[in-house]
Amino acid sequence: MIHLENIHKTYNLNTSNALHVLKGINLDVADGDFVSIMGASGSGKSTLLNIIGILDTYDEGSYYLDGQLIQNLTETESAKVRNKMIGFVFQSFNLINFKTALENVALPLYYRGVSRKKRNDMALGYLDKLGLKDWANYLPSEMSGGQKQRVAIARAIIAKPRLILADEPTGALDSKTSQEVMDILRQVNEEEKITMLIVTHAREVAEQTHQIINFKDGLISSIENMRQ
Amino acid sequence: MFDLDTWQEIWLTITRNKMRSLLTAFGVFWGVFMLVVMAGFGVGIKHGIMDGVDHFEANSTFMFTDRTSEPYKGFQRGRIWNMTMSDYEAIQAQYAHEIKYMSGVIFGDRSVTNNIVRSDKYGSFSVMGFSPDYDHINPSRMLQGRFINDIDIKERRKVCVIGKRVANDLYAPGETIIGSLLRVNGIYYTVIGVNEAISQNIRVFGDAEEMVSVPFTTLQQTQNCGDEVHCIALAANSSVNIAEMEEEIKTLLKARNNISPTDSQAVQAFNTKQIFDMFNALIIGINALIWIVGLGTLLAGIVGVSNIMLVTVRERTQEIGVRRALGASPWVILKQIMSESLVLTVLAGIGGIVLGVSVLSVISNILANSPSENIPLSNPQISFGIAIAALIIILISGLFAGWLPSKRALQIKAIDALRDE
Repeated sequence: MIHLENIHKTYNLNTSNALHVLKGINLDVADGDFVSIMGASGSGKSTLLNIIGILDTYDEGSYYLDGQLIQNLTETESAKVRNKMIGFVFQSFNLINFKTALENVALPLYYRGVSRKKRNDMALGYLDKLGLKDWANYLPSEMSGGQKQRVAIARAIIAKPRLILADEPTGALDSKTSQEVMDILRQVNEEEKITMLIVTHAREVAEQTHQIINFKDGLISSIENMRQ
Repeated sequence: MFDLDTWQEIWLTITRNKMRSLLTAFGVFWGVFMLVVMAGFGVGIKHGIMDGVDHFEANSTFMFTDRTSEPYKGFQRGRIWNMTMSDYEAIQAQYAHEIKYMSGVIFGDRSVTNNIVRSDKYGSFSVMGFSPDYDHINPSRMLQGRFINDIDIKERRKVCVIGKRVANDLYAPGETIIGSLLRVNGIYYTVIGVNEAISQNIRVFGDAEEMVSVPFTTLQQTQNCGDEVHCIALAANSSVNIAEMEEEIKTLLKARNNISPTDSQAVQAFNTKQIFDMFNALIIGINALIWIVGLGTLLAGIVGVSNIMLVTVRERTQEIGVRRALGASPWVILKQIMSESLVLTVLAGIGGIVLGVSVLSVISNILANSPSENIPLSNPQISFGIAIAALIIILISGLFAGWLPSKRALQIKAIDALRDE
């Protein structure tokens, strides 16, 4: 599903000061995998997630997503790939705060050109699946953190992506809600066969995945297989 | 391309911050409103000016004499000369096909004050000798009686047409004017008519309302002018180039009166084309001013929209970033920002047009109900063409206003949404 070869990324802060964030990453994630990335702040794990999500570019190496080389895509092309292949779950949920839960979930389908009725029906279906049917017409500001993250997950999976990238999905949640969210993510991975890549600080979150990739100073330091 | 959802998105973002949208739209609204009202006034001023001249023969010229400026055929420079009836008849004969109306003009004696006397009432008014045709060249409205006719000219009758103000000054209200006797420069004339000016804005020999008009042949006789003619007024058919004809007649007059062909002073003339050109230039100038100021005001409004949209885009960085992450292409974002700007400006602009037209029609009604001779303004309305032009300007403005904010929005990458944590 994901094939990374010698990925380098450098941020030029100014002319004399460059930050070499990724120093040659080689990584393969198989289709249907449930993988977490752990590492200290500034270790480059979020940057890697951004590159995998085609939100950011890389300087060196090559990145294949589902066999397709992701390089020098135009904004329109990358938007299309994102819409089709990738769902995002963010730490701060990133719901659009003036849209209801239903509209937020339906948004990826809107950009895909799905008719209004059909996408609203589908959105309601997914909200129902995540136990939020009664909250469909509420605004994000009227919901709890756990509910917001569930809306975000519904939004990420509604377009039936091949890959979900979750950046600290439990970072803003208490431990009980975190566990609920992780259960949902695992369920999605198992039932929808969507590859799941989670960046996290929390060991107990990472331990629920099949594989933990440890990051240190821009390099993968170790890979732990959790499935015995 | 524009389905219900798009409109809903646009409407939602505009109404999300109602006060800000309203204030922003007000800039454009005001600009368009001012533009429409001022354009209407431009039209009104044009009407006002043209209503005052449009009965005047536009293709006419007035020719009179001055001292010669060059010695010629034994005559010294500085000679005083006059046109005569034979000149008049020569012109009449030579340009029989071109001339529509022709009038001899004699200036009455102006040396006496209180020259017009009616029993115990008197006043100072100008006295002019005209042909019947003069009333076609510079028409007056007959309030009573008639103008000078051909028999008056032929028989050198002592009849006169008095202006409205002359009548008001010398006659009591309700008094019979027609047929009464009036002493004009010492000689009694029978009043045959009372007139008032139509073309308020062109006064060739003074105000017709303060004038006593008599047959020019009569005046020739009573003032001992012989067969002199002080001025020849003529109107040519519309196909004739009056300026060229004027030059030809000048040459003719010079040849007939022993004046050097190169003398530029001896024969004077002015044609109404010059006056109409001047009025037109004035109207064009006023309109240019109106459009410059109006478009300037509108531009200020557009800059306002652009400015606010820029702030909005900055505020919406996270939202736009999320949309990009969810698969919105740059084109979709561009379309959305542009549409917001367009909808805002077009709504405000149409509001401005509607209110502007309403205000104009109210002013128009007020003016129509209380016509004032002193305001050169009548029927200030904008034409359909101006309204369409305003609409097109608004559309372009909307695109213009949305351009910078859209460019800013396009620079927002999906990753910015994540960074803003």
